[in-house]
Amino acid sequence: MMAELLWHPFVDYGFMRRALAGCLALSAGAAPLGTILLLRRMSLVGDAMSHAILPGAALGYLLFGLSLPAMTIGGLAAGMVVAMLSGVVTRYTALREDASFAGFYLISLALGVLLVSLRGSNVDLLHVLFGSVLALDDPTLYLTATIASLSMLGLALMYRPLLMECLDPGFLRLQGRMGSISHALFMLLLVLNLVGGFHSLGTLMAVALVVLPAASARFWLRGVGLQMALSTGIAMAGSVLGLLLSYHAGIAASAAITLSLGGLYLLSLCLGRLGSVRAQRHRPGNDSVSEPMGVSE
Amino acid sequence: MGRGGMGGTTAMMQSVPPLPVPGCSVDFELSNLGLGYGGRLALRGVSGQFAAGSMTAIVGPNGGGKSTLLKGLLGLLAPMQGSLRCRYPRAALGYLAQACEVERDFPISVEDFVSLGLWAQTGALGGVSDAQRAQIGAALATVGLQGWQPRWIAELSGGQFQRMRFARLWVQNPPVILLDEPFTGVDEPSVDVLLQLLQQWHARGRTVLAVLHDREMVQRYFPQALALAGTQLAWGDTGDVLPGLAARAAARRRA
Repeated sequence: MMAELLWHPFVDYGFMRRALAGCLALSAGAAPLGTILLLRRMSLVGDAMSHAILPGAALGYLLFGLSLPAMTIGGLAAGMVVAMLSGVVTRYTALREDASFAGFYLISLALGVLLVSLRGSNVDLLHVLFGSVLALDDPTLYLTATIASLSMLGLALMYRPLLMECLDPGFLRLQGRMGSISHALFMLLLVLNLVGGFHSLGTLMAVALVVLPAASARFWLRGVGLQMALSTGIAMAGSVLGLLLSYHAGIAASAAITLSLGGLYLLSLCLGRLGSVRAQRHRPGNDSVSEPMGVSE
Repeated sequence: MGRGGMGGTTAMMQSVPPLPVPGCSVDFELSNLGLGYGGRLALRGVSGQFAAGSMTAIVGPNGGGKSTLLKGLLGLLAPMQGSLRCRYPRAALGYLAQACEVERDFPISVEDFVSLGLWAQTGALGGVSDAQRAQIGAALATVGLQGWQPRWIAELSGGQFQRMRFARLWVQNPPVILLDEPFTGVDEPSVDVLLQLLQQWHARGRTVLAVLHDREMVQRYFPQALALAGTQLAWGDTGDVLPGLAARAAARRRA
């Protein structure tokens, strides 16, 4: 009886299956990016980028209505413009990256809301801000799956330079231009995933799939690859949980998914193996470093 | 210039490089070089040559432009004045930035970290072969970290961390090695191991440049010295450069 609650919504309703497929694809693409984002201490940049795509999507909407290609291309363009502008501002002025991102995304967010309200109804605004995961059509699903495939492929190709860029940027800079290339590609993948996520979860919550699972995984595993795998798993679990919650309790789907991810994050924060509340309380000494072995002196 | 550093070991004195002669035995040629950030000069008027196989300590007060010079030599800063010629492409230069510029908590194993020294061979995608793995093991053994391959770099002490970075340089095996305060915050046994390694590199004809603060160390191990304080104070045999620097510091203290 209980078990049936878990799967019958997906068996009985096509829109739930579509929502599930969309969320699983999004999880596979977005969650591993989050691991890198966190390692680079850029989680707020992810947040900023998710808002930055809004005016582009809104402009697409203003000109072409609720059209998938127009809003996707618009969002993508706006996201890349903000990423580039912030890069330029960071490089040529005294402002640091996070501050310049914050500046741009506040402007974009306001601009986006203004653009949507110029023409649309409140329903449209709600769609843009909070997505419509329970009404995914075929093109949107294909788009989401394509983005997920691209970002996994891209991440695999840039894995080493991306990690080096976080670990020891000075070293990589001497080895050629891979550092800046991989950074640019990473930002592109991030924007792609946020644009993909925005159709289902909305601009405000697309970033939750990027940041929350990665932050949770950090409390359980150490290796970067392992963290990526686990964060994908957590993202998928959170999506399923959220969809079921939304179905049974009759609450907004994207909020339910984000809250589920948040719940998993809080759980990890309290109970995780590494650096969590529990781990800090039960730490034996003041440090976990064991005796070095094989040191000659 | 043929004389060794004051109090240097005999082995050191024998391997002191000959006077730089023009042509291919000069690694860096600087002429009235000025470097800076954001339109402001941090260092000006540096002229001279780093000969191939030379071992030079770069000394001087904080903010005197020592790190700036290294960044200039690496091509990370373009000359604002004068000129700089380097014999090698940038990727051939080995550089150890100050330890604080590396993310110490990053979840990567010691072996993976050292394997980054093989970037010229592996690139972004290539795997690490068994032979290269053995090379990494040998490098770690050289710095006294044998068996540490699977550990996380976050587990290393300051001295061990620096040893690991030297192991990466060892694997990279560049003809020119630039070090920015390599011994700051490093325990004494580690310093001894790493200094030995520097001497080995020097003995094998590598060019070594190091930004250092420890006068005694410079005097004992570095045949050549370059003193900087916003400008070039002196450049030549350590025995000639250091006394002048000390006198200057004393005069400033009196003033």
